[in-house]
Amino acid sequence: MDDADASHRLRGTSAWQAAKRLQFCGRRGDRHYSVNASHALRIDWRAAERGADCVVHKAVASQVDWNALREDFPILRQQVRGYELIYFDSAASSQKPRAVVEALRNFYEHDNANVHRGLHTLSGRATEAYEHARQRVAEYIGAANPDEIIFTRGTTESINLVAQAWGGKFIREGDVILLTVMEHHSNLVPWQLLAERKGARLRFLPVRDDGTLDVDQLSSLLTPEVKIFAFTHISNSLGTINPVAKLCAKARAVGALTLVDAAQSIGHTRLDVQTLGCDFLAFSGHKMCGPTGIGVLYGRAELLDSIPPWHGGGEMIVSVTLEKSTFKKPPHRFEGGTPNIAGAIGLAAAIDYIESIGRPAIFEHDSQLAHYAADRLTELPGTRVFGPKEERGALVGFVMDAAHPHDLTTFADQYGLAMRGGHHCNQPLMRHFGVSGTTRASFYFYNTMEEIDRMVEILHAALRFFS
Amino acid sequence: MSPEIEELYQDVILDHSRRPRNFGELPDAAVLVHGDNPACGDEIHLAVKFDADGGLEDIKFSGRGCAISQASASLMTMKLKGKSRAEVMEMLRAFHDLVTADTSDAPKTLGDLRVMQGVRKFPQRVKCAMLAWRAVQQAFEQGSGEAMVSTEPV
Repeated sequence: MDDADASHRLRGTSAWQAAKRLQFCGRRGDRHYSVNASHALRIDWRAAERGADCVVHKAVASQVDWNALREDFPILRQQVRGYELIYFDSAASSQKPRAVVEALRNFYEHDNANVHRGLHTLSGRATEAYEHARQRVAEYIGAANPDEIIFTRGTTESINLVAQAWGGKFIREGDVILLTVMEHHSNLVPWQLLAERKGARLRFLPVRDDGTLDVDQLSSLLTPEVKIFAFTHISNSLGTINPVAKLCAKARAVGALTLVDAAQSIGHTRLDVQTLGCDFLAFSGHKMCGPTGIGVLYGRAELLDSIPPWHGGGEMIVSVTLEKSTFKKPPHRFEGGTPNIAGAIGLAAAIDYIESIGRPAIFEHDSQLAHYAADRLTELPGTRVFGPKEERGALVGFVMDAAHPHDLTTFADQYGLAMRGGHHCNQPLMRHFGVSGTTRASFYFYNTMEEIDRMVEILHAALRFFS
Repeated sequence: MSPEIEELYQDVILDHSRRPRNFGELPDAAVLVHGDNPACGDEIHLAVKFDADGGLEDIKFSGRGCAISQASASLMTMKLKGKSRAEVMEMLRAFHDLVTADTSDAPKTLGDLRVMQGVRKFPQRVKCAMLAWRAVQQAFEQGSGEAMVSTEPV
């Protein structure tokens, strides 16, 4: 890192001046300051002025001090079975920076109350924070307005909401739901259930041997009977990055809606729902530094307006008699019951955190790791690496002749290396590639090249052990 | 190398996983049980032939999966061939204890199977070790024909 350019050791008011000059995240001791013009007020600048030392990182991949960011994740600083933990399972769930943990704690210690109903101060604060989180999510994904953001438990619930509430009303017998062979079970099973209920048909866009979608077949599959095309942005076991905008445009041309499963992309790459042109977008908070149990469904406003309620209960009604109720407008129509208030607030903190680094920098860093890992893995004899050579998301799936994925992950865990072995909720895809499962190493901005080197060493040891 | 991993993957286990014994088809089998560990993708096809007294006259298996599941099946077939129904059931109970219980001393009757004891330190791998045993239990319950058995309740 170039000190003169991007890193400044700052004292007192110079921190503030630097903040205005640079897009950066700053730290002081244990505290991480998410700094950009829009939320500078969140920073305890007084502390900085009392003589704080702030290291300032300019948000460009080559200039971000990635190692320093690791300090924001206390969980990474531990030994597992006597070895430094290497956490290569962020595609399953990312770790949480202190800023997110603090946001949860702060809410529970100061503002905790139910939302939208109490007339007291705490309820007001909780409501404000909860709706602010909705606003932050809308900004983060480029939604036209925050009413297009529905809080759910996660990607799975978001997709089920569309399949059940939208599909329940609009899917008829003989309609076609188009999916791809690479979908996670969460973007497959809800549609199977819907198709069975409605007598609709499922159709699948195949995957090529290189792990990319066979888009040439799209025109023959996208017939007028297709009512919705639901597909993943980044494959959770291949790392393939799908051409979302192009797929959405093709679907739109035949009058089909689109749902994008952004679970694996949301924390890694910049995305804008209006540029992508999707109708629905689903993701989880816990894969992008946020808490578990909070997720989002984005839907275009006029579409959400047309969808009937899903879960009945409190929060989602206007008035209720013993016989009948009237319902709120979206998004509240779809948020029956007390929502995950703290989760939404934690998610907003995660967004602030990620944006303080910058998604372009994160994407560049993560994809460098993934490509480096894919290259290094090919050095290992009898190893097959899945997924595209170019344009790879932040993960790599592989199999080794010498050892089954479960033996490999058990072995790796003995050296503090956390990977995932198995079918990754992708059983049809695994069958397509003729394997029962793979081993997956998945990365995030807190991972390093050195950790990948260490992984390769451990895999060499596994080769010797199992061969 | 950590002692736990050495204990889990003892040479005998690695040897059986690389060169499984009693591996293949059993054309005149009375029962064929398809065992499935959906969480891992392990599969075992266990073929069993009974003698006149209902004991286990012959047993073979095929399938694919992790070293633990394959070695466990291989060791099991060697151990159970020629055993009476009661002996098999007793062995099943003892083996389950071996891979799950913390305290019990492994009974000597288990013989070679005692190398599987290391599994108890890896609770996620117990299902792998038990798959073949669930299949043989099903074979005795079924008596004839084909059956499916899974490590996950369905």
